Parts: sequence; structure tokens; C-alpha cells
Amino acid sequence: MNGLVILIPIALGLGLAGLAAFFWSLKNGQFDDPDGAALRILIDDEEDAQCD
Amino acid sequence: MNALAHTAGQGSALVSDDFAVPDIRCAGCISKLENGLVRNSGIANARVNFTAKRVTLEHDPALSLPDMVGAFLELGFEAHPLEQENGDATREDSKQLMRAMAVAGFAMMNIMLLSVSVWSGAGGVTRDMFHWLSALIALPTVAYAGQPFFRSAWRALRMRRTNMDVPISIGVLLATGMSLYETATSGPHAYFDSAVMLLFFLLVGRYLDSMMRDRARSGVTALLKNMGTGAMVIGEDGRERWVDTTALEPGMVMTVAAGERFAADGEIIEGTTRIDKSLLTGESESEAATCATQVHAGTLNMEAPVRVRISAAGEDTTLADLARLMGEAAQGKSRYVRIADRAARFYAPAVHSLALIAFAGWILAGIGVHQSLLIAVAVLIITCPCALGLAVPAAQIVSAGALMRAGVLVKDGSAIERLSEVDSVAFDKTGTLTLGRPEPQNLDQLSRDEKSIALALASVSRHPLSQSLSAALRRMDILPADISNATETVGQGVTAMWRGKTVSLGRPAGDIASDKLVTALAISSEERIVSFTDDLRPEAERTTAMLAKMGLDGIILSGDRPQAVSRVAGKLGITALVNLLPQEKLDFLKKQQALGRHILMVGDGLNDGPALAAAHASMAPATASDAGKNAADLVWMGDSLMPVVHAVRAARRTQQIVRQNFALAICYNIVAVPLALLGMVTPLIAAIAMSGSSLIVVANALRLRSATA
Repeated sequence: MNGLVILIPIALGLGLAGLAAFFWSLKNGQFDDPDGAALRILIDDEEDAQCD
Repeated sequence: MNALAHTAGQGSALVSDDFAVPDIRCAGCISKLENGLVRNSGIANARVNFTAKRVTLEHDPALSLPDMVGAFLELGFEAHPLEQENGDATREDSKQLMRAMAVAGFAMMNIMLLSVSVWSGAGGVTRDMFHWLSALIALPTVAYAGQPFFRSAWRALRMRRTNMDVPISIGVLLATGMSLYETATSGPHAYFDSAVMLLFFLLVGRYLDSMMRDRARSGVTALLKNMGTGAMVIGEDGRERWVDTTALEPGMVMTVAAGERFAADGEIIEGTTRIDKSLLTGESESEAATCATQVHAGTLNMEAPVRVRISAAGEDTTLADLARLMGEAAQGKSRYVRIADRAARFYAPAVHSLALIAFAGWILAGIGVHQSLLIAVAVLIITCPCALGLAVPAAQIVSAGALMRAGVLVKDGSAIERLSEVDSVAFDKTGTLTLGRPEPQNLDQLSRDEKSIALALASVSRHPLSQSLSAALRRMDILPADISNATETVGQGVTAMWRGKTVSLGRPAGDIASDKLVTALAISSEERIVSFTDDLRPEAERTTAMLAKMGLDGIILSGDRPQAVSRVAGKLGITALVNLLPQEKLDFLKKQQALGRHILMVGDGLNDGPALAAAHASMAPATASDAGKNAADLVWMGDSLMPVVHAVRAARRTQQIVRQNFALAICYNIVAVPLALLGMVTPLIAAIAMSGSSLIVVANALRLRSATA
């Protein structure tokens, strides 16, 4: 029982942190272009380096 | 990245503009656009949104729209400028749904965590505490995430009607209330997890539905060009100024350059040109126009600048008449009832009476109000249409996504439902079966040198024929010749010097056949004639043949002359009605639909607008008039006509999956409802049944992922 007093708030707190992170990312535009995000990892940044 | 360097170098404030670029297909396109566009001086930053197929440019305010579109063209992409988004209401709507979904999801998982301990044997004080904790999470969640359903249910009840949201709301509220009572009295079962899980699955369905509408809307607005919404008017002081269409008045004199559309009806008072009326009437051949010729808003000035005295503007133009006709025609379609709503019509009363019967039955059996109410709640929760709520949107969004990848934009879910029911297809000719733009016919008669000179000359001019010629030559990988001193004489053509010879591209010297669209390439005194015709779309024959095989009768409804139509009709082997006015196209459709036929209208022009709006389902190419794209249910990109077949096929398969999903949901109810009626449904069984059926329905919908298969 004593363990629960610590563990349950931790579990809920972690969940809430996840929810807060999700709201933040939603507001931040992280979900505006889901398909594009999947493709961007394929782009080489090499070209950029040469341009600069 | 390197865009930042550009930004730093510029002092002036940047403005941002959105462009729809339908051809973004891969990671390569993203980097090509983002790195390529910023090499243009004036463009500071380019950001691709792959999902919405649009690009946001931050640029110098001095940079004009045509220059930016040109920058895209140089990279090989077609771009349409977009209106800055103003209708954000629906987008906000789906964000709200997403937030509610996230909250419900979070709550569901945490309550489940507690419930699992209860189910696996926690008893006494621990169980009570876990129930209280669940209540602590569930109550705010139901209050927040349940709002979309409560609001809609309340609206329906106030109108003395019932919809799917009424049993949902009653079920969730009753379950929460009963569970709270159970918790307070240390009862063994609390249904907090079921209530929240129900909300979560239903919110997923709602969210998918609204996301689909969002995507399609942004896709279609992406294609609406914001050009031709005004005219250069010559003021009393003789100076020209830009006047918006809404501010144009009869009596004003406007100058319309070659390649521009007329913004109002009027009479030419200066200049001679040819006018392309194809969007307004469907006529494929341009007409000569000179002083005293009447011109109509929406038609295209092909050759030379003219001055027009406006006789009617805004609400009084032929164009506005068409818009009114379209509005009236569209009203009939809004009466269409979507399949989910049809199901809800008898499902909701059935659920209510079932719960009531369970309640009354158990009271009569003498187990007491409390126990009977618990069983009634279990019936409501079990029958609540988790799977039913997901059955339609899940299938439709997967299918719409697949179609989108194949270049077809679907405006909303009901479009897919209606499209699956069509039994015949009516085509417009100009711009729909044909490309709607003049294509050079005999380029292979030119030598390589001649081609490259023609390209160099054509690139200088904005004349429609020149643009078509240069596009065709670029497709053949021709490089422009090195010419100098290029000058364009309005109405005549372009002249330049090439290796010491005079070269020109323009009207043939003898004007051999003034009825045909031709242009002459002259090198010194040697003249080559290039003729243009409006060609059939690629794969048009295959498309109509395949549609026929799928059991759809084809017919051509054209506003063009018989000679022009018969050539196309003959090639495709389908019947045609010619010389039709917009009203007559509409009447034909109405008559056929009154006979019980479901017609798919495929058209592009303003003259097709009313027919597109009235047809059971409608499709328009991306090159269609704005009115056409607005009226159509589906819009497809690219030159080929094949997307019509893909769309019909995908719609039929979607509807098949939807029906299967309904069958699955019903099967599930057949098993689950008796259990609930007998009072054997514990929260554990409810949770398994609900998530299981929802997952099956979603998995079934995912089978629609490829559009063309």
C-alpha cells in the first residue's frame, strides 16, 4: 500500500507529462505535415554544406 | 538552413505567400524545391508542406506573383498561388477534436491501468481507492472530451429529433453517474473505463472524418486560382488603375491584355483580337472579335490587348447568372443522406428501446432498481456504436488518402458514397475529354535548329499559343537557341536575330487559314507553319472503354458545334448532344435523374457548373474553371483521363468495405447484446468487446490503401 502512494502519482504524472508534451507539439506545428516529416529524413544535408 | 543567410542579407520586411504545388511526390522534390527556390534573389525561405502539397515562400515584397510562379517552373514544378487562408474555422474544429481525443486517450490508458488491477483481484480498500482515482480522472475527461457529442445531442433533442449522439451521450453520462454511485457505495463494478474508452473510439471516428474534410478542402482551395478577379480600368485622367471585380461598374473602360480573362461583360471599343469562350460555352474554337463585339466575363482574350466598355458587372454578368443557376442546382444534392446517418435513423431508437426493455424487464423480474439500471447501462454501452462510428470514416479516409496519392482530391465522405452509386457518366468535351489547350501538332516536321529557335522565340511571349509551344518543346528536351534583340509586336508575334538572320514567330504572312489555330516560324524568308489543335486527353479512349466495361453508359454533353464534337465522339464511340446551353445540360441531367438514374458529371467549364452541382456525383480536372472545381465533388490532377476510372473503382470498393464493416458491427451486436441483456457484461467484457470490434473495423478499412489496384 505504501508503494502505491508513491507509484500511482508517478504513473499519473508521467501520463500527464505525455499529454502536455502532445499539446505542446500540436501547438508547435509538429503535426502539420506528417507525411513530409517521414520523407525529410531521406534528404541529404550535404548539398547545403557545399552551398555555404 | 542556407536560407537564413539570405534573410540576414535583406533589410526589408519579408512577406509570405502560399503556393499549391500538386506535383510534390518524393523527398527529392522537397529538397529540390527548398534548396532551389532560395537561390532566387528575393526568395528568402521556402518551406514545403508535403501533406498539403503546398509551399510557403518568404520573399521580398517587390517580387511579383508571376516571377515566383516562374521560379517554380524553372525547377520543373507547376505552382498555383493561394489565397491566404481565412476559413480556419473547420481546421480549428479538427484541432479541438484532436485535443479531446488526446485527453480521452490519456484518461483511457490510466483508468485501464487501475482497472486491470481491480480485475486481477484487488479488493477492499484498494479497490475503492482505485475506483476513486478512476473517478478523479474520468469525470473531468467526460466533461471535456464528451462535449462534441453532448452538444450535438442537445441540438438534436431541442429540435425534437434523435441522432447517434443521443444514445452515446445518455450511455456515457449514465455509465459515469452509475459508476460514481457504485464507487461511493463500495460496489464491485465501476464502468469509468468503458465510458472513457467509448468516448475515445468515437472521437477517433469523428476526428478522421473532419481531417478528411480539412485535407480535401485545403487541396481544392489550393487549386482555386486567385487571378482574374479585377481589371485595369482607365480613369478620367487617362491613367490606368487596378479595380477589383466587385468595384467594376457599367460605363467604365477596361484594358485587357492578351492572355487575361475579361472581368466583366462589355463591348470592345478598341482593338482586334480572338476570344476563347471555351470555359463559358464549351466552344473549342476561338472567335474573332473587334470593335462593337460583345464580350463576356470569364472568357479569355487570346491575341492582342483590347479596350472594353463595361456594360454589366458583378451580379449582372452572364457569369453571375451561371453562379445563381449553380446555387439552385446544388440545393437538390444537399438532401442526400449519408449512409451513417441512414443507419443511425433506425439504430438510435433501437438502442433506446432495447435499454428500456432491459431495465423494465429486470425490474419486473424483481432484482431491484439499482441492479436493473446497471444492466440497462451495460446494454447502452455495449450497443453504442464504437465500430459503427468508425465503420464509415475509417474506410473513407483510407480511400481518400489513397486517391490523393493517385492525384484525385475528394471533397468529403459523401462524395465517395455518391460516386459509388453512379450508373452513367456524362462528359463535357472541351477541356474535359480534350486537354482544353491548343497543342502543337506537327513539331516533328521541324529540324532541331528550328525547334530551338522556336523555343527561344516562344519563351519571350505570354501569348497562349507561344506558351503551349514552349511547354511542348521543353518536354522534348529542346534547349533554346541563342537569339538577340527579341521584340514582341502585339498581335503580330516575336521577332529576333539569330546568327545574323531575322527570325520570327507569329501570324503567318498570308494568314492562310484564319479559322485554324496556326503560328508561323520564319527564318529569313523561309516560313514553317505549326498548327495547333485541342487534343484528346491521354488515355481518353481507354478510360471510356473501361467505364463502359464497368457498366457505366457514357454520353457527351457539349456546348460546342457538331463538327468539333463528332470528331471526338467518333473516336471514343459514345453518343453526344451538341450545342447545349448550361441550362440545357442541367435540364438533361435533371430529367435523367428524375428517371432514377445516377449520373456522374465530368466537366470543367463555367457552363458545366450547374450540371456539376446538380449531378449525383461530379468530377473536374485541376485545369477547370474555379466555378467548376468548386462545384465538383472530386478534382483530379494531371492530363490523363484515367483518374475517373480509378475514382469510381475506389468509391465502389470503399462502399463495399463500409458495408462489410456494418455487417461486422451487427455481428458483434448479435453476440454482445444478449450477454448485456442477461446482465453478464462486466466492465472487463465491455472493454474487450469494444476495442476488439473497433480494431477489426479499422483493420478492414486499411485494405483500401492502394487506390489503383
